[in-house]
Amino acid sequence: MSLPLALPRQLSRQQRSGLSSAWRQPLALAGIAIVVSWILLAILAPLIVRGDPLAQDFPRFLPPSPQHWFGTDGVGRDVLTRTIYGARISIPLALLLVSLSLLTGSLLGALAGYFGGLVDELVMRAADLVFAFPTLILAMAVLAALGPGLQNAVLAIVVVAWPAYARVVRGLVMSTRGADYVNATRLLGASARRALVIDVLPNVAGPVLVLATLDLGAAILLLSGLSFLGLGARPPAPEWGSMIATGAQTFNFWWVGTFPGLAILTVVLGFNFLGDTLRDALDPRTSRDIRQRVL
Amino acid sequence: MLLGVGITFVAFVLTHLVPGDPAAANLGQRAIADPAAVAAFRAHYGLDKPLPQQYLIYVANLAHGDFGESQQSHRPVRDDLAEYVPATLELSSTAIAISLVFGIGLGVTAAMNRDRVVDQVLRVITLAGVSMPTFWLALVALYIVFFKLGWAPSGGRLDPGQLPDGHVTGFYTIDALLAGDWPTFTSAVAHILLPASVLALYTVSLLTRFTRASVLEVLGNDYIRAARAKGLPERIVIVRHILRAALVPVITVAGVAFGSLLTGTVLVETIFAWPGIGQYAYRSATNLDLPAIMGVSLFVAVVYITVNFAVDLLYGIIDPRIRVG
Repeated sequence: MSLPLALPRQLSRQQRSGLSSAWRQPLALAGIAIVVSWILLAILAPLIVRGDPLAQDFPRFLPPSPQHWFGTDGVGRDVLTRTIYGARISIPLALLLVSLSLLTGSLLGALAGYFGGLVDELVMRAADLVFAFPTLILAMAVLAALGPGLQNAVLAIVVVAWPAYARVVRGLVMSTRGADYVNATRLLGASARRALVIDVLPNVAGPVLVLATLDLGAAILLLSGLSFLGLGARPPAPEWGSMIATGAQTFNFWWVGTFPGLAILTVVLGFNFLGDTLRDALDPRTSRDIRQRVL
Repeated sequence: MLLGVGITFVAFVLTHLVPGDPAAANLGQRAIADPAAVAAFRAHYGLDKPLPQQYLIYVANLAHGDFGESQQSHRPVRDDLAEYVPATLELSSTAIAISLVFGIGLGVTAAMNRDRVVDQVLRVITLAGVSMPTFWLALVALYIVFFKLGWAPSGGRLDPGQLPDGHVTGFYTIDALLAGDWPTFTSAVAHILLPASVLALYTVSLLTRFTRASVLEVLGNDYIRAARAKGLPERIVIVRHILRAALVPVITVAGVAFGSLLTGTVLVETIFAWPGIGQYAYRSATNLDLPAIMGVSLFVAVVYITVNFAVDLLYGIIDPRIRVG
């Protein structure tokens, strides 16, 4: 009796999982397409748009038109040019600060996980402290301490972001540290460093990569948020967050702030599409650790 | 406790690393013209003492509930916080309520329609929701709903000229209801809806995604099949059997999501002229107002930790197998 009931169900479940991996593909493709086009736009900016993002060459507040697709801002700069040049600030900085957080966090997390004891205590308590503050408020406090500016904003975000990597890496290192194959390597006379690199690193790479991809989006959001508040990039730099802040002052001229916002939205969406697909594909296991960070 | 000491220490160290001179920031031109004023300013705020001593004084004062004096408002930070906190709590609790209702509802919908069109559309929408720059969304919402449509007020908690009904809870909506003041109540609701919705979008998206994942995990269990097999209506299966098990991880995420709400308040309050601690934090940070920043970070960290502790306690109620040790 149970067989006919169970069978169609299992079949349909298989079909569904087949389907689900199929419909997930377009999302990944869309993510790649968006991210690659933005990176190309950033690299080729001078070839794609005419003019200088800082040049005040045009009449003020021209609405979007065939000459100026995104219109011009309050001092006669072309909004399209500025928006595309904005990618040259946000994307490299996001890459830089995510790599910095990744390196710092992973190194500290690996040390904590491998050696345990006092090192572990120190690193993880420091991480707990950072986690006790909501990200933007801590970043604001750090920025107030270091002084506003784009460089310091990057530093402030690294201060906020490293503990996530430390936690994930520490957990993974701890779970592989006692594994038989790692012990075997050590017994064969390999150094701790070699064991970490050869045996432990491959286990860690996947989850950390997922975390980093999702973090790229988060980093761009945080960086532009800080610039919007006037703590990051300063005018006249064509940074998206500060462009939106300028647009907020001239409410009638919606195009000044709208397009940089769309730029942020699409870039972050691209990274999140990628990260989301990567997470499903690479590691269902550690998604819990990553969850805590994505917030 | 250890965390508490750590937090005060971090807040203190951070805000005292300031290379910018708070005296110069607050006195402006007078700082250059009048060295005596600078010295008086420093002495008044204890800035002339060595740092360790400043920290000990700060912690000792803290133990008496004294956060120091704001260099901007020239009032005790405690009074500033007391004035601004209810506004933020009203905004963020409204947002969390919206998030829970819509997040859990949409998450269950997505899970029950796994891989169908609804689910796919929700996946794209929620991914867009977590990718949205909050401050930009707030501006767009304000532009469309207030400026173009005129459906909502531009900002603040009440219309100009309106006064809140007493300060029983500090929540203007509830205070107005308690006083039976209908016009003030509708005005307060009209003012809070837009900022709270903007603030909630991120957490709604987040909760939808986690509820979906969590419900899907539970769906595979035998007892769900048993419940359906014995002919229970789908509604009861969802509410009693699925949600109860699926909510535990969702509630954790809601606790952590509260932190992102507090982050969002800084941006949303600044745009909607909402007189809460988010706006206060922004003003303090840009003016290098040390005691104020410390007060805000401390307060927010304590709220955040408390909420997550409360979430741990909630586990025991939802899932009796878990006991808080």
